[in-house]
Amino acid sequence: MKEEVRLMKGNEAIAHAAIRYGCDGYFGYPITPQSEVLETLEELMPWETTGMVVLQAESEVAAINMVYGGAASGKAVMTSSSSPGVSLKQEGISYIAAASLPALILNVMRGGPGLGTIQPSQADYFQATKGGGHGDYHLIVLAPSTVQEMVDFVGLGFDLAFKYCNPAMILADGIVGQMMEKVVLPEQRPRRTDEEIRKQCPWAANGRADGRKRNVITSLELESSRMEIINHELQARYKQIEENETRWEEIDVEGADYLIVAFGSIARICAKAKEMAAEKGIKVGIVRPITLWPFPTKAIEEAAKGKKGILCVELNAGQMIEDVRLAVHDSLPVEHFGRLGGIIPSPDEVLEALEKKIIK
Amino acid sequence: MDIKDIIRPENKVYSKPELLEEVHMHYCPGCSHGVIHKLIAEVIAEMGLTDKTVGVSPVGCAVFAYNYIDVDWVEAAHGRAPAVATAVSRLWPEDVVFTYQGDGDMSAIGTAESIHAANRGENIVMIFVNNAIYGMTGGQMAPTTLVGQKTATTPYGRRIDLNGHPLEITNLMAILDGTCYVTRQAVHTPASVRKTKAAIKKAFENAIAKKGTSVVEVVATCNSGWKMSPEKANEWMVANMFEKYPLGDLKNE
Repeated sequence: MKEEVRLMKGNEAIAHAAIRYGCDGYFGYPITPQSEVLETLEELMPWETTGMVVLQAESEVAAINMVYGGAASGKAVMTSSSSPGVSLKQEGISYIAAASLPALILNVMRGGPGLGTIQPSQADYFQATKGGGHGDYHLIVLAPSTVQEMVDFVGLGFDLAFKYCNPAMILADGIVGQMMEKVVLPEQRPRRTDEEIRKQCPWAANGRADGRKRNVITSLELESSRMEIINHELQARYKQIEENETRWEEIDVEGADYLIVAFGSIARICAKAKEMAAEKGIKVGIVRPITLWPFPTKAIEEAAKGKKGILCVELNAGQMIEDVRLAVHDSLPVEHFGRLGGIIPSPDEVLEALEKKIIK
Repeated sequence: MDIKDIIRPENKVYSKPELLEEVHMHYCPGCSHGVIHKLIAEVIAEMGLTDKTVGVSPVGCAVFAYNYIDVDWVEAAHGRAPAVATAVSRLWPEDVVFTYQGDGDMSAIGTAESIHAANRGENIVMIFVNNAIYGMTGGQMAPTTLVGQKTATTPYGRRIDLNGHPLEITNLMAILDGTCYVTRQAVHTPASVRKTKAAIKKAFENAIAKKGTSVVEVVATCNSGWKMSPEKANEWMVANMFEKYPLGDLKNE
């Protein structure tokens, strides 16, 4: 398959992107608003073309453990779900992180807590960036704001996951999962051969081919002194990821009096609010974190210099704002604006919040 | 005749399986796990599957199975071994994948994964060690604990009105269309050990032939958890366990 321009939903785009990346396996369980990922994969039947395995599991718990098994064997595997389902996956995610395995997890967030709503939300920021499961670990968290980024982050997510042997998460909101946009699908990449996988992942458990020593994938270590070393190794890797992989986008930050920090599709609503503010003579810059972990702390600290205030706009009750405040050390006012329960704010509401909470 | 005249290669009648590691097992003296590990190690080596076998160990006493049998292993979260095995088997169809699960893993926390992997007919082997107790955590009640059996969480004996009935998960597995071979064996006598080995071998053959899921239950002892000597534990198992969990094939297609 050649590069192709199409019009499609973010969730459908994820399915196409996975196949074209050369993904080896997808394991999922239906939940709104992301079921189109599994539906699209089943419709496209990639097992007939690239040989990719697609399996509807009996639960989100089973699906993430299939991802654990697939990743343990060196294959490029992924799962997708939405907030309540991602809560169920947290134990498995902790195991995958602890065992230093590459894997990709998509969360198309809906409003919570509990069963909540099927409408869009960004209320899983804490869960995605601060742990979610048990123990000291981090996921590489990518926040797409367009359908194109949904596609691009499948490749980027897998690449980073394999580069650092660490699970990556695409933290999308229901908006970017459900909306249709023009998207450029990349050319089909061949799946790695078994030989290539054995070479790239000499640690993987897939049979002791060529009489090599056995590989054991485990997260268990009862000897505390060894478990501490394993933790230090994880922390050293996280530091490396923070140094190398922090990504963000800035729009007109220089010369602005005020900053808006927003991620995902909400950053696009904020871009419209910024234009409306400019018409009123209010100079606003936008910082859009692309990696939510590692968080662009230094970039925000730098961007905040000389500004009069920051408005964090999130589809939640105020989660990312904690990281923004840590970045700027109380050097300027930082306020939150968000809608809850699946309601998406209009650009007018964002501008109004900026005027009321920051400009005053 | 001197002892040196007896210890000669031609007189050798038994040796440790080549795939069993030279390490001390953490299992209690008298525990059935050691014998079952030995049988699996023998079958893998005899069938020439060393370079294409992946084991999936559970949470429970057998969590360290990966320290003992010299093949590739993935250690699964509690109950999730069949999901892990499903993925490895589907992604590496030339490999032979087996799970090693206890009664808590198979019939409590992992019931869904076990039933569904078997119902999908995954070409895997599920070794199910049923000793009617949670050994690793200190002898608490398992779904397979017998009525009246004393455990750390049924100190006065399991009661149906409080704890429900012992779960015959293997019987459930046998009615699923995805299973091709479901058997219940034991390892308390030389004859039973031989039968169990034959069962494990058949299960591995089924996986290679892609006939579906094979389940080998081994009714086993946990003399520490049962607070008995190894010998008494075997006697207790024969007198009490086999009535609820009778040995033999439940399905053989």
